[in-house]
Amino acid sequence: MDQTKRLERLLERYRNGDIDRRSFLGLLGAAGLGAGLAGGPMTLLARQARAADPDQVRFDGWGGVVSEAFREHAFEPYTEKTGIPVVDGTFGGADEYLARVKASQPGEFNIAHLSGVFDYARYHGLELSTTLNEDNIPNLKLVIEALMNAFRPITGGALSAVPYDYGTTGIAYNRKHVSDDEAKAQGAALLVNPDFKGKIGGWGEWKTRIWYAALQTGQNPNGIEDMDAVWDKLREHRDLLLKYWGSGAELMSLLAEEEIYVTEAWSGRVKALQEQGHDIGYLDPPGGLAWQECLFVIKGSPMEACEELLNFMLEPAVSIAVAEGQNYPPALDPTKVDLGEVVPTLPAFDPTGTLESLNFFDPTYWNTNEQEWSKTFGRVQKGR
Amino acid sequence: MSASGSLATGFDRRPWLLLSPALVSVALLLVVPAMFIVVYSFWLRTATGADQVTFSLDNWREVLTDPFYRDILIQTLRIAAISTITCALVGYIPAYYIAYAPTRHKTLLLVLLMLPFWVSYIIRTMSWINILGVSGAVNGVMLWAGIIDEPIQMLYNEVTVVLGLVHFLLPFMILNIYVSLDGIDRSLTDAARSLGCTGWQAFREVTLPLSVPGLAAGSLLCFVLGAGTYITPMVLGGPGDAMFANLVFEAIVTQLDWPLGSALSLLLLALLSALVLVYSRFLGIDQIAKSFR
Repeated sequence: MDQTKRLERLLERYRNGDIDRRSFLGLLGAAGLGAGLAGGPMTLLARQARAADPDQVRFDGWGGVVSEAFREHAFEPYTEKTGIPVVDGTFGGADEYLARVKASQPGEFNIAHLSGVFDYARYHGLELSTTLNEDNIPNLKLVIEALMNAFRPITGGALSAVPYDYGTTGIAYNRKHVSDDEAKAQGAALLVNPDFKGKIGGWGEWKTRIWYAALQTGQNPNGIEDMDAVWDKLREHRDLLLKYWGSGAELMSLLAEEEIYVTEAWSGRVKALQEQGHDIGYLDPPGGLAWQECLFVIKGSPMEACEELLNFMLEPAVSIAVAEGQNYPPALDPTKVDLGEVVPTLPAFDPTGTLESLNFFDPTYWNTNEQEWSKTFGRVQKGR
Repeated sequence: MSASGSLATGFDRRPWLLLSPALVSVALLLVVPAMFIVVYSFWLRTATGADQVTFSLDNWREVLTDPFYRDILIQTLRIAAISTITCALVGYIPAYYIAYAPTRHKTLLLVLLMLPFWVSYIIRTMSWINILGVSGAVNGVMLWAGIIDEPIQMLYNEVTVVLGLVHFLLPFMILNIYVSLDGIDRSLTDAARSLGCTGWQAFREVTLPLSVPGLAAGSLLCFVLGAGTYITPMVLGGPGDAMFANLVFEAIVTQLDWPLGSALSLLLLALLSALVLVYSRFLGIDQIAKSFR
């Protein structure tokens, strides 16, 4: 049985209700765990075999609740029913992952859950992009056009990734210490409020830090005119800071343990904390940062197998299940797909499917300044 | 040629044959990668993050002249030195106790000493968050006992970085001192006591000097390991507590500047190698081996 047939039969069974949702998701989780255990050092030994075997796909994601959602809701039917194993890995940050990809052999890494148009352009700049055969991914027609249009100019009209979800990096605050009204009134300035000295956190990532410093200095983050003011604001923020956090898990720990009261945060992570019962508020301030995530196919990958997996992951049933698990709205256009009852309640959800109300990184602008700004931020971060 | 034949010509190949697996491993896993890093350090990073194959001294010029790197290096050496001294002071007593414990207890104590190695270094480091955090055990007990009214912020500063390093390095120090103490001939201290020394004098004049090789070996090991760590400051440090290995990590991973990262890592390697050479010059590297005799 070829891969397509297996995939179609699986989806048909799922749609027909032959597999109940609980079993469906349970099987997914077990396969994801198995695939994860098969990763690590053994993948080095399997390098040549994998490159020659188009039936295997390696997927790398963000870990934590995000990867749990993928494992639980996406991989198992693919692995169990199509015979295409998904080797499931995680990374702590896009930079760390890119360093690993750069050090790898072609074909070692296949699909990555990358963040933002910025990374898409960066991978393309490093000649790591591919050209997807969109005919093999019919579910692309369900995806929000604006999300795909952000990618196409970078890769000459083609796509090397499918958009998968989007969200915002807003401000999280502990409601015991900051009221909703206070947060709304202060907006981005809440992150540099000296009243919270020693109780402020911040993602140690240069782009996000500079974006918020631009807002705090009254500038357009996609067209900063006074960079000195931004660096000064970053120093001010640093001096009020308890800690730069480096991962979603660390962010959640710092907020949950009340080590920090305010920080910028990813919308889905805050939603997860709220679901756990923590009284954490979330605000997208005026000019706040939005991002989209994509499933990027890396050069040297088995294209047909990757395209089939992408199409499967874009199936509304799978995509919605993952979205509900990771608390980020899917890239599916709500005007074309019924996204159910939960997705419209997620932070950052745009019912119009245009995303016009959200602000994204301008990839050309940020890539142009990446080398200088990331280095300078590294110094500011360490007290210089 | 037979072994006797090679002996007849004055050259015995057998040691080289026996050593060859180790030599090949070291060459392939250490020397060759180090050579790659040396080559990388003369390349440049392009604007896209790709490496530009060239021969340039720019990275070395920056690393050797920029005060930013110098300051972080000094901070790194200071933190490593404080951690090492703390390990030596704290570690000597348990090492002495284990060395002089009855044989039937010694095995158990050594197993307990090795126990932390069974747990991931990162997990051990992160455990301090549950101990010293705002919602951690120490604050919880003090709040419960009425000693404090609100939690004290104890984490994410240089003290917790040193604490994390001591936690990580202490078993290495204790083991080195223990091995040295265990090898001391007990009749020497008995002789000192029979000649009129007090217990303290016997320790100061006999035991302590004879255990110096172990103390020195442990100190060298702890200092080198401490100076090269980046996990501990990342997990337990605040914004100003970065160490030199964090700069290497950032250059390689965050900035994707492998040439600069290579130059930084070689600088740290050169510095720590120089330290070993100084140690060898004044204490003799063979002193390390003595601690294991």
